[in-house]
Amino acid sequence: MDKTATKPSSLSDVAAAHKKSPGGQSLGVGLEARGVHAWFSGKHVLDGISLDFWSGTVTALIGPSGCGKSTFIRTLNRMHEFIPGAQMAGEVLLDGKDIYESGTDVTKIRLKVGMVFQKPNPFPSMTIAENVLSGLKLAELKVANKDELLEDCLERAGLWSEVKDRLNAHGGSLSGGQQQRLCIARSLAVKPQVLLMDEPCSALDPGSTLRIEETISQLSSSMTIIIVTHNMQQAARVSDYTAFFLSDGGPGSMIEVGPTSEIFSRPRDQRTENYVTGRFG
Amino acid sequence: MSTTVAIPKPGKPWTATPKQRSITAGIYLAAALVSFLLVAVTPMKGKLAYFTLFFFASIIIDFAASYMQRGMASAKDAIARGFVTVGITFAVLPIFSILFEVIKRGYKGLGLGLFTNDMSLNSVNDPLGNGGLLHAIVGTFVMVLIALIVAMPIGILTAIYLTEIKGKFAVPIKFLVQAMSGVPSIVAGLFILSAYVYPITGSLSGFAGSLALMILMIPTIARTSEEVLLLIPSDLREAGVALGGTQWRTVALVVVPAAKSGLVTALILGIARVAGETAPLVLLTGGGESLNFNAFDGPMGSLPIYIWKCFGQGTEESIARAWSGILVLLVIVLALFTLARFLSERKETR
Amino acid sequence: MTLIDKPSAAIPAPREITTKPRVSDKIFRGVVTAGGLFSLVVLGLILIYLTYQGYDVLKSQGISFITGSAWNVVSDESGNIDYAATDFGLAAMLIGTILCALIAVVIAVPISVLGALYLTFYAPAALRKIMVSIIDLMAAFPSVLFGIWGFFVLMPSAEYWAKLLNKYLGFIPFFEMQVPVFTRSPFVAGVVLAIMIIPIVTSISREIFGQTPLDRIQAAYALGATRWAMIKAVVIPYGRSGVVGGAMLGLGRAMGETVAVYTVLNIVYQINWQVLLGAGGNVASMILLKFGEAGEGEIKALMAAGLVLFILTLVVNSIADLIVKSTGAKGR
Repeated sequence: MDKTATKPSSLSDVAAAHKKSPGGQSLGVGLEARGVHAWFSGKHVLDGISLDFWSGTVTALIGPSGCGKSTFIRTLNRMHEFIPGAQMAGEVLLDGKDIYESGTDVTKIRLKVGMVFQKPNPFPSMTIAENVLSGLKLAELKVANKDELLEDCLERAGLWSEVKDRLNAHGGSLSGGQQQRLCIARSLAVKPQVLLMDEPCSALDPGSTLRIEETISQLSSSMTIIIVTHNMQQAARVSDYTAFFLSDGGPGSMIEVGPTSEIFSRPRDQRTENYVTGRFG
Repeated sequence: MSTTVAIPKPGKPWTATPKQRSITAGIYLAAALVSFLLVAVTPMKGKLAYFTLFFFASIIIDFAASYMQRGMASAKDAIARGFVTVGITFAVLPIFSILFEVIKRGYKGLGLGLFTNDMSLNSVNDPLGNGGLLHAIVGTFVMVLIALIVAMPIGILTAIYLTEIKGKFAVPIKFLVQAMSGVPSIVAGLFILSAYVYPITGSLSGFAGSLALMILMIPTIARTSEEVLLLIPSDLREAGVALGGTQWRTVALVVVPAAKSGLVTALILGIARVAGETAPLVLLTGGGESLNFNAFDGPMGSLPIYIWKCFGQGTEESIARAWSGILVLLVIVLALFTLARFLSERKETR
Repeated sequence: MTLIDKPSAAIPAPREITTKPRVSDKIFRGVVTAGGLFSLVVLGLILIYLTYQGYDVLKSQGISFITGSAWNVVSDESGNIDYAATDFGLAAMLIGTILCALIAVVIAVPISVLGALYLTFYAPAALRKIMVSIIDLMAAFPSVLFGIWGFFVLMPSAEYWAKLLNKYLGFIPFFEMQVPVFTRSPFVAGVVLAIMIIPIVTSISREIFGQTPLDRIQAAYALGATRWAMIKAVVIPYGRSGVVGGAMLGLGRAMGETVAVYTVLNIVYQINWQVLLGAGGNVASMILLKFGEAGEGEIKALMAAGLVLFILTLVVNSIADLIVKSTGAKGR
């Protein structure tokens, strides 16, 4: 794990000292990124990101726009490769296995590493119930009790009480915040180990934002959550660990990572301090 | 910030590895073997049998392999992949047959005489080498040109109305242009017959043919021009107006020049569209045999009519002439099309 | 620090902004509008002239113009047509028109849709460009080429398939044969028409598939969908009506096609449902056939036939246009 002085220490060192779990036992590393680089048609956009994400934690990725945070999380569920001209290097380990290894079934990876997008995108041609269960249908997964799963996912997403009487209404008939919670419920139905959230609240009003943040806190006990956010206060409210990304015109790199309280009160790097105190960004 | 960790080379770990490619090759090989075997042991025969069996065999094997490796979703994906590949093959295959046959059957009749003589002294049943296509090429050229003279301004004005003025007639006009593009060519011929030939001139002429071609040309020019004008960013128009230009000056001096090459493409596509139209010309032009530059006087030949008449005669020589005529027409259409493509690509890179 | 006084006045109504139009702009608008309305004028004139010309025939034949299936011209010694004794009936040709066009659509639409899916979602970039060019090029081929190629090259092969169809599926009424004449049948015409409309339907489908909203596609993939699962869940619901519209446009084109059908279809004046049998016809090719020797009276009948064809294709194309437009509008 030895890296040069200018590279931040990996999260596992930090986590070793600050284990989070009931009963003080480490839940293990859920997802590990090792030296992840990304390019778009030869243009270097991500410079060697190494981060460990521990089970049962919420990690926020903060930093100014354009420094590669979204690109980075798309390498974690292999959505990066859809962009024409996309290239990458490095490894992403899920349960110890590199998801980019040749011969891997990428659809299975995406079942385990789910994603919620910035703009809510429920399927308009499906009802609310169909939306939630769509992941099962798409992956041809069989489940014993669909109704139970449906209620469970909507409950965990904080939407059950609002829609339980109109499960057959169209996915597009909900408000923005409700649609986003529907998307969260949809991701939960396939039982992911990791949930990636790319600025999930930036298109929503403050009321919906707070509700989703509550949802995130509740979900984190059973999975690993990685959330990209521009809103530093949100990062402070919701996450256990925070990683600060920055680009100086070249590829984005991770400057510092640590427990959220420390990043915001005692950051070790000057640039981190400048960002969290609002001197730029 | 310098780092002592070297930057690795960019890669695409998701692309097919040699191992995966060889598995795919193996599937196709197995399918080919199966189809050969089945053809040998069953009464099915012929190319059709081979291809159908190969298609089904490869899909079934691919399905089975995917199912065993990755489950039902992947297996269904394999079936879909097979079907879409077959779909595009059938969509694209005819052109190869057409080009091959046209060249094979048409080149015999080619020769310099083809482009310098007309058919006034010969019959289409004469051996190849006598007579030529000159009257047909000239006829097509003249008629298309006349049609273009009217179709061009009308088509472009229509496009300008739709994109720049967007007045209250915009929706009906768009609908009408679409409706006009669906008018069968023979109906256009009948219309000109009843509106122009019978009441006004009483005789067939090249001009009558042009009128019908006009009707068929305008929608193509209007639609393509509209698409091209829509691509012009509105900043350009705003700049023109902000400089104090009136609307017509802005359109005429700023927007249209900016869209120039696209509009030329529209014209070329309009020409290509009507160059091969046969039915209205059969009704309206009389299909002359001799060189005639005057669209208003006397019957006028054209490539489609020439082809049509040759085909109608049915002798070996005339059919060979028909194929040569088709070859010439095809080369013209191809040239126009390539030119249009070239112009529109050049515009994109600017 | 003084606070700003709350405005106590009511919110004013928005002002109406007007510009006095310049004369040159007025002329410009006038000219352009006139140009735009040209299509309306032309379509209207077509309707008027054909009706005017065909009026006598329509009046004397009445509804049997469309429902009758005989076409017998009876004229007296001086060559004038005897309207009472003459029959002009389009039914056989109308049915032939619809039949050939339907066969074309049934063959062309699956090929086009699958091909469009391949081009949009499966094709590697370089191959896509080439294939799109090829298909657009085919849309520009003259119809007389398809007719002659169809006659010399396709018909022998089509005959083979027709024989197969008759042998294995002959129990279906469409594929029965009274007389084993396999050449120049509606089936062959349908195949030629299919090849002609595949480029159009493929182009339209490709455009529609290409407009599928990216966020839905990404949502499907992020849930672990395979390519086909994504297409089934997102692309097809979105593009369904647009593709139907494209298919109808192909139908309209096939119904109006003249020379391609003329060469490969034996025009026989009776209603023929047996698509493999070498008999039938469509309105457009019938007009072309009869025109050469038609006397004045018969020409009027042909004009009336043209009118019927015009209205038929107009209706089909208009419906198709509406359907294609509604895909974009609804976005579903």
